Amino acid sequence: FVSQELNSFNTSNIFSLGYACRNISTSSALHSKTHVSCDIKGDVAVVRFNTPNSKVNTLSKQLSAEFTDVMNEIWANEAVKSAVLISSKPGSFIAGADLNMLEACKTAQEVTQLSQDGQKMLEKIEHSPKPVVAAISGSCLGGGLEVAIACHYRVATKDKKTVLGTPEVLLGLLPGAGGTQRLPKMVGVPAAFDMMLTGRNIRADRAKKMGLVDQLVEPLGPGLKTPEARTIEYLEEVAIGFARGLANKTVSAKRSKGLMQRLTDYAMALPFVRQQVYKTVESKVQKQTKGLYPAPLKIIEVVKTGLDQGNDAGYLIEAQSFGQLAVTKESKALMGLYHGQVQCKKNKFGTPQKEVKTLAVLGAGLMGAGIAQVSVDKGIKTILKDTAQKGLDRGQQQVYKGLNGKVKKKSLTSFERDSILSNLMGQLDYKGFEKADMVIEAVFEDINVKHKVLKEVEAVIPAHCVFRPVTPPLPHPQHSIAAASKRPEKVIGMHYFSPVDKMQLLEIITTDKTSQDTAASAVAVGLKQGKVVIVVKDGPGFYTTRCLAPMLSEVARVLQEGIDPKKVDAISTAFGFPVGAATLIDEVGVDVATHVAEDLGKAFGERFGGGSIDLFKLMVQKGFLGRKTGKGFYVYQEGVKNRSVNSGMDEILEKFKVPPLSCSCSDEDIQMRLVTRFVNEAAMCLQEGILSNPVEGDIGAVFGLGFPPCLGGPFRFADSYGAQQLVDKLRKYEAVYGSQFTPCQLLLDHANSPSKKFHQ
Amino acid sequence: MPHDLARAALQGLLTRTSVPRDVVDYIVYGTVIQEVKTSNVAREAALGAGFSDKTPAHTVTMACISSNQAMTTGVGMIAAGQCDVVVAGGVELMSDVPIRHSRKMRKTMLTLNRAKTLGQKLSLISKIRPDYFAPELPAVAEFSTSETMGHSADRLAAAFGISRLEQDEYALRSHTLAKKAQDAGLLQDVVPFKVPGKDTVTKDNGIRPSSMEQMGKLKPAFVKPYGTVTAANSSFLTDGASAILIMSEEKALAMGYKPKAYLRDFVYVSQDPKDQLLLGPTYATPKVLEKAGLSLSDIDVFEFHEAFAGQILANLKAMDSDWFAQNYMGRKSKVGAPPLDKFNTWGGSLSLGHPFGATGCRLVITAAHRLKKEGGQYGLVAACAAGGQVNDAVLHMGP
Repeated sequence: FVSQELNSFNTSNIFSLGYACRNISTSSALHSKTHVSCDIKGDVAVVRFNTPNSKVNTLSKQLSAEFTDVMNEIWANEAVKSAVLISSKPGSFIAGADLNMLEACKTAQEVTQLSQDGQKMLEKIEHSPKPVVAAISGSCLGGGLEVAIACHYRVATKDKKTVLGTPEVLLGLLPGAGGTQRLPKMVGVPAAFDMMLTGRNIRADRAKKMGLVDQLVEPLGPGLKTPEARTIEYLEEVAIGFARGLANKTVSAKRSKGLMQRLTDYAMALPFVRQQVYKTVESKVQKQTKGLYPAPLKIIEVVKTGLDQGNDAGYLIEAQSFGQLAVTKESKALMGLYHGQVQCKKNKFGTPQKEVKTLAVLGAGLMGAGIAQVSVDKGIKTILKDTAQKGLDRGQQQVYKGLNGKVKKKSLTSFERDSILSNLMGQLDYKGFEKADMVIEAVFEDINVKHKVLKEVEAVIPAHCVFRPVTPPLPHPQHSIAAASKRPEKVIGMHYFSPVDKMQLLEIITTDKTSQDTAASAVAVGLKQGKVVIVVKDGPGFYTTRCLAPMLSEVARVLQEGIDPKKVDAISTAFGFPVGAATLIDEVGVDVATHVAEDLGKAFGERFGGGSIDLFKLMVQKGFLGRKTGKGFYVYQEGVKNRSVNSGMDEILEKFKVPPLSCSCSDEDIQMRLVTRFVNEAAMCLQEGILSNPVEGDIGAVFGLGFPPCLGGPFRFADSYGAQQLVDKLRKYEAVYGSQFTPCQLLLDHANSPSKKFHQ
Repeated sequence: MPHDLARAALQGLLTRTSVPRDVVDYIVYGTVIQEVKTSNVAREAALGAGFSDKTPAHTVTMACISSNQAMTTGVGMIAAGQCDVVVAGGVELMSDVPIRHSRKMRKTMLTLNRAKTLGQKLSLISKIRPDYFAPELPAVAEFSTSETMGHSADRLAAAFGISRLEQDEYALRSHTLAKKAQDAGLLQDVVPFKVPGKDTVTKDNGIRPSSMEQMGKLKPAFVKPYGTVTAANSSFLTDGASAILIMSEEKALAMGYKPKAYLRDFVYVSQDPKDQLLLGPTYATPKVLEKAGLSLSDIDVFEFHEAFAGQILANLKAMDSDWFAQNYMGRKSKVGAPPLDKFNTWGGSLSLGHPFGATGCRLVITAAHRLKKEGGQYGLVAACAAGGQVNDAVLHMGP
């Protein structure tokens, strides 16, 4: 039942958290409340959360203190028989704890203290003699969910914005305000583990089925107020009704559990079954996290303690573990990624002059169709153009399949799917291009084809239209494309990652000639498509491909030294990479990897050396292109899960075999060889101005290339591992292997002045 | 079968109007849930009612305003010079709706038709599983949103803050007024119908003035447990058929008829089927008034389709709101709410029932009768329908 991927740790689409950050002013006067207000409606007190100047409510010190005051007033007021907790912001009940508050803590003890304060407050609510109803609209996450489940009854708006969840684990934390203790009792142990270990968001209707909320309220349409305003007012009215009902005992907070849940509850009451469950969950977590993430294991331990030894022990260990986790480097890395992600969800170029309403995508391949899919479902009219009917059909089918998958998962209705698909126009000609605000080109990576397409397109598009060559991993400098353009200021490169509908990152490449508005427009589209956007300067391999290439070169070298692909994969995943290094080459495609290695080798010379390109070339010759041809380092068969090593590779690897060099072949050394080259190249990109800041470098590496999230990205890793230590390693390998390991100047600078950090 | 009811309505029309059968140029009927055997129910009913087999007939569908569509189609044909005399109407047989076999079963049965040998047939039959026998009922939910209309009405009432009490009061008013009208013999548009094997139905049998206490006891029917729409404050589904005779003025006068009413103008509008499914009259009323060059105060008789008490009250509030008019209708100001003393004073769908396809003609003819009885000049008819569509029409008495 932790069936849902814990590998959400590794993949990139995880950081859509409810945590939010704000700068709170602690100076506000004590008696005037700014974050929490209270109305008395008859015999029901309505408590409203409203963090000022913020889109979301966060459990900050200020808000918690005011909330406590308000609740004390309610308990003291005899005219009040029950209470409703609600937010004044339609999109957010409480989105979680204030991260700044946690990050400001210097020691684990301080964090533990925060946790204990929260626990105490919520315990008082749980045992309140006056029933408390949570009226939930919008995000109810982390600490917000803990507040809600401490209440006696929950009413939630059934809309897409209303999500409940415990995303703490994604920040390397655990629910620290009683959540680990209440949740298992509320939804059952298996479901609670699932929620807390995956951190997933749960929609309101699902929450109702799970027993996480008691009643749903359908969102209202326009009336005498805006739909949002009236819906939250209605939610309040309904919640007041239930609060009254609970107070005068006409409503029972007890819910009838389904047969399944009663059975699991019964089973979970047996110590033997419980032990089995813990064991299964633990081994699953171990397998998926490789022990690199302390939070999931702590969560299991804390839940276990609570169930086996009672509430007091449970609350104590919860608070202690929360404190311990908050100061781990994993948690700091994950929080850093979260902040970075928030930053990369903003358009630093401002609002573009013209919103892109019609988009044209050239090429209906995997990439083109993927781009079309993430555009049409955001309401952008999209022309998908290919040169051949067959290719176009495949692309349209891909879009349909992607959307239909959502219908099957019930996140879309079939009607919504149909109406989204009506935004897609598949065609073979340039009809309608005169209305396109932006053209994205995703045709073959052949500069001549690109030039030809560019000329054709420029003949038909309007003057304001932005042209954006998509750039799969090949390193064609954008300026060469811009060079062929009549209006280079409108040309901008963008690097999507396949599969486009799953991968969160978008790397946008600007040339010297790209105008500010073009960049703004490109970023705006990327953000609308739901992407995390980094913007880099033009150069061979841009940022992501350029970092990956030296690492892959080193992988080739390691393979040549006689380490078999399975071992290489095991070593790299043990370091935290979501996909093994050998598998990664198969996924990228050996032909693509060869192309990249050759082109970048030409551009950067020895630094991209290491492994032999001829090894890849021979593989290409033999047709071992990786997953797409069914054979690479591994053999891929439809429906077969455990793939075997491609025996045809033995001969090739034998041919290129080099003797392993002494003292650098332990598992750790191999990991470091791969990672130091990656980090060194990333630092080089920052040094050369390809990257504008380390944050985007970390985000690009983690979300685009799967750099271990627990390390927070190459720059955070450099900080936490120590620049000096990194340089030492590089020097050590440099002595053995050569100049591909020569540390770059920026790393040397950091090593020389220990106070210098990429992230302050 | 539905065509039987339609036949009775047509025969009733022939008797009442004594219009010669061969004068009728065309027949249009509206229906919602189609009986597969009589998918062009207009034609079957016309033949059965003894109309000339030379009179063409077609069937239209537009949810609850199907017979409105039938009437306006007829008006359009007259206006286009295609015909002079059209019979329009609508029919709905809610007590016997077609229920289908499941898709799997249908597929098996169709393949079975093509199977040649006994072996093939047996192998097909052997593939039938118990779940094949699960029947498919006609959908009661909106196709695009999967929401039932009652649920939508409950949300609409909530959006406009209409209380349960207000809704029950309005429903009680509808029943009380209908009862009064029935007792006074005002509902003269009813044609008795002899149900084969059973007694003759001579009057509307759904009028049940109850008490607020009794209505207050009912549990919400759609949004449970806290909604406000109940069985008592919703229109009920019933069987019914209607028919109306439409003529060009010259033809009517030439034949010596005195028109009951003139159709002055009409509009169709549609809006969001999710949140404004039942809010159509608000949108259509100002439009049709503008088109006819009238204002709300010119209207003497309002006849609105009462789908739900909450829906009527929501529309009245919306029509009376400048904010709504400005933000959602793109108008400078509100059109104003119809005064209740001119509004559905002989009851409405809440008390008389709502046979989907037939209701439109009832609204129009009731409006005409009320105009005549009360000596009014202008009447306004409005009805909303599934899919967020609506028809509004203005009638007037003299030329």
